[in-house]
Amino acid sequence: MKSARREAFTGRVLLIVLMAATLMPFISLFVTALHPSGTYPLGLEWPDDPQWGNFATAFTAAKMTELLKSSALIVLGVVPISLVVATMAGFAIGHLRIPGRRIVFVVFLLGLTLPFEGIITPLYYLVRDMGVLNTRWAIILPLIGLFMPFSVFWMRAHFINMPEELSESARIDGAGTWQLFWKVHVPLAAPATSSLAILLFLWTWNQFLLAIVLVDDPLQRTMSGALGAFQGQWGTDIPLLCAGSLLILTPTLLVFLIFQRRFVTALLQGSLKG
Amino acid sequence: MKAAVKRRRNWAGWLFVLPAAAFYVVFVIQPLFMTVQYSLYKWDGIGVATWTGFQNYLKVFTDPDLFAAIFNAVKLIAFFSAVPVVLGLAIAATIRRIATSRLALVARTVIFLPQVIPLVAAGITWSWLLSSTGLVNQLLTYIGLEKITRAWLGDFSTALPAVGVIGAWVLLGLCTLLLLAGMSKIDPALYEAARLDGAGPFREFFSITLPSLRQEIGVCVTVTVVAALASFDIVYISTQGGPGNASMVPGLEIYYLAFSERQVGLASALAVVLTALVIACALPIQWLTRDRT
Repeated sequence: MKSARREAFTGRVLLIVLMAATLMPFISLFVTALHPSGTYPLGLEWPDDPQWGNFATAFTAAKMTELLKSSALIVLGVVPISLVVATMAGFAIGHLRIPGRRIVFVVFLLGLTLPFEGIITPLYYLVRDMGVLNTRWAIILPLIGLFMPFSVFWMRAHFINMPEELSESARIDGAGTWQLFWKVHVPLAAPATSSLAILLFLWTWNQFLLAIVLVDDPLQRTMSGALGAFQGQWGTDIPLLCAGSLLILTPTLLVFLIFQRRFVTALLQGSLKG
Repeated sequence: MKAAVKRRRNWAGWLFVLPAAAFYVVFVIQPLFMTVQYSLYKWDGIGVATWTGFQNYLKVFTDPDLFAAIFNAVKLIAFFSAVPVVLGLAIAATIRRIATSRLALVARTVIFLPQVIPLVAAGITWSWLLSSTGLVNQLLTYIGLEKITRAWLGDFSTALPAVGVIGAWVLLGLCTLLLLAGMSKIDPALYEAARLDGAGPFREFFSITLPSLRQEIGVCVTVTVVAALASFDIVYISTQGGPGNASMVPGLEIYYLAFSERQVGLASALAVVLTALVIACALPIQWLTRDRT
């Protein structure tokens, strides 16, 4: 029994070390953000005179309100459309068992590990020819397509486990396929769709490549893309850059802390399925 | 009669797939074919494109800079993949017994943070930590290793490993939690039996834990290998591929070629090679480790 206690002790120590290694970068960022703007402080050094005003300066410099609005608009474009469209497809492939479903599914699967860099060049010309370059649609529309393989995969995994009898009885009551879908299956799919919504929100919010390639104006980008521009502009003023980075991180962190349990479960499941 | 209705209904089900298929075809499949098409031409993105056959591919494999970028991505696998998976296994095996304690529940949230924040933010944070006055050098000086301190991301010999450290930091939490979740599914009776037979923690790990985690390890390896090969955000933010070309990766090279140097054909050839490389790595790992159910 002695060995078990020692093991638990080692485990605790290890956990604390691991948490410290994870949190240290954030602490360093925070402490540095409090130094006078334009100075070159050491990595971890509490300032004599903490400059809390740096956060306010960074808030204005980064145009946080506009950034939040822009990211929110992009998320609002990507997530609802993706959810509806992917749920319908998952329903058809997993539950209605349409003819040719295997091939359709395999074609979707092919896109699952596709690196975005692989198609970013033609996407630029495609979006330009559609006339939406430098607008938020340039991020929204391609992202819906790029997230589709995973979304369909995720929803199919839910629908494949729904019992056939459920639909049979609804059909006997005279429901058409459309009604069957909206009245019976969509409500039942809520756990799967809400987890998917969390994942899509996170991936959209953090999307960087599409934002910097397809949209010039940082104020029309995602949070991530804006952060990249912020670094380019304020990269030499380290305290201000740290303050700005922390501010830009805050919304994701808040959402994460509120929904943390769902988040961790969704992301773990997400990578397991992917 | 009933069968006919059912068949018609099944074909009607296609209408449900149509919107998803449309988005996917227009924004993924079509660009994929366009990439292949571009890769066979010499094109500056504005003027007339000239057919060059496989010239661009030849250049990808013979140009030392381009090939170095691909090789760098392969080297990054050691950091993005090997470190998080091996370390994650060790950590998960150690904390397995206290996985339900209060501390472990808090830790679960904390070590997941790097997975939630944008990679760009991780890049900015670590650029600061690894800079000449950053925390890493401060710690090294503190333990008497002042001699090796340097601007880690600006040094030819350390830029790529430093980028790798950032990736390892981002992916370690995810791997640890995935493996821990897998371990919690192992029947505790197996461990008790092993203890009765006098097996130590190491024996236990290699004969019970490791074999049961095939699927989880497969997932970790796939996710991390793809992240290494297709890395972009972290490198763009922390080194821009430099100094020189020391930390250039294919994703970033594609971006520069296509949008700064206006060599769309060459960028596309590299894009095809990168895509093929990712799929060639991801598929076999999936096949080897997947439960055949």
